[in-house]
Amino acid sequence: MSERTPSQTVGPFLHIGLAPADYNFRVLFGSSLAGPGVAGVPIEIEGAIRDGEGNVLPDALVEIWQADSDGRYPHPADGRPVRSNSFRGFGRAATDAAGQFHFATVKPGAVPAPGGGLQAPHINVGIFARGLLKRLFTRIYFAGEALNAGDPILALVPEDRRHTLMAQPDTTHPGRFRFDIRLQGADETVFFDA
Amino acid sequence: MDDTYSRASAAADPPYLAADYLSTRTRAPSRPLIVIPQTLSEITGPVYGHSDALPSEADLTSGHAGEPLGERIIVKGRVLDEAGRPVPNTLIEIWQCNAAGRYIHVVDQHPAPLDPNFTGAGRCVTDADGGYAFITIKPGAYPWRNHANAWRPAHIHFSLFGPSFLTRLVTQMYFPGDPLFAFDPIFNAVSDANARQRMVCQFDLATTRPEWALGYRFDIVLRGPNATPRDRDHV
Repeated sequence: MSERTPSQTVGPFLHIGLAPADYNFRVLFGSSLAGPGVAGVPIEIEGAIRDGEGNVLPDALVEIWQADSDGRYPHPADGRPVRSNSFRGFGRAATDAAGQFHFATVKPGAVPAPGGGLQAPHINVGIFARGLLKRLFTRIYFAGEALNAGDPILALVPEDRRHTLMAQPDTTHPGRFRFDIRLQGADETVFFDA
Repeated sequence: MDDTYSRASAAADPPYLAADYLSTRTRAPSRPLIVIPQTLSEITGPVYGHSDALPSEADLTSGHAGEPLGERIIVKGRVLDEAGRPVPNTLIEIWQCNAAGRYIHVVDQHPAPLDPNFTGAGRCVTDADGGYAFITIKPGAYPWRNHANAWRPAHIHFSLFGPSFLTRLVTQMYFPGDPLFAFDPIFNAVSDANARQRMVCQFDLATTRPEWALGYRFDIVLRGPNATPRDRDHV
């Protein structure tokens, strides 16, 4: 047996290694997940990250991992064939000076739930920042989705906190959703331990 | 459903709130995390091949007009899971300050010189045996404003994926014998002394290349398989 290497913060200079567009280093992952030819409904997700004092985080990194529009993950543990090899399901966005992040992707399909049934469409989210000694993990769900009512993960969340996991449609921009993250305090986003 | 990945070993990680590290006070969640099962969404994760990292990206001393200043080093090791199995074909991303303790980053205000021949970013993909190697220079210590006369011990940031969303790890690699360990709230946020030592590399003469660079070994252990009795029955 080997023992785990502990987590440490990404610190304030994470962009050099993880989002290096400004540092003359090749960018491997961006915030656009769906190129031309990827099946599904194009969506945008934008939001801000705030701390316990309501200040935005200009130095955070958001990573997302999601199923394709058929609800399949391009990964051996899923194993079902995927329609397009060009959709890899992973994206990364650093927050800007106003603490905002933005992703362009396709809406994920429903994903099989443990023991049968379906999980409502959702996007898995990891958050890194100075002051976070380990990743925060949450999920983006979509407000008004019929499958939310039977989702086994949402069922574990107290009803009065579920709204923190719901991306809200932007009524002025079809296909755009808002998902704000509060790390601490009133209306704190629900974070998970898996 | 049985867990695919162990949960107990998370105890090695620091807490979200470590009061001596001031930034955690406003950024750590105040509500307990909600424990959820490990579903298909968690046991899958981004899969990357060797084509994603270029061989030149594992040499942080290359790619500029000249050689960076500082002590050239080789950092070499293996990525393993908690069962001791190699984690092949996984992406490692690293970043660090230069030999003077200055990051190229726009918000770094430390009045130490930038090095035009050093960016401080690297990446590679582990081989079939979980092995990796970087060539770089030894980073310097640098001040930060957490408390009076606060200095970070020299470190290199490491980011790893492993086979699933749950195995993702970002950590820092420290150098043996650093006199700043005792004063660093980030290093000491890991409460267990043995766990802290797992973030410290070891000088290795066998990795050292004569007349050229000192060698350090740093093995990284990612969250591993959950060893339930049922799993053992299947073996």
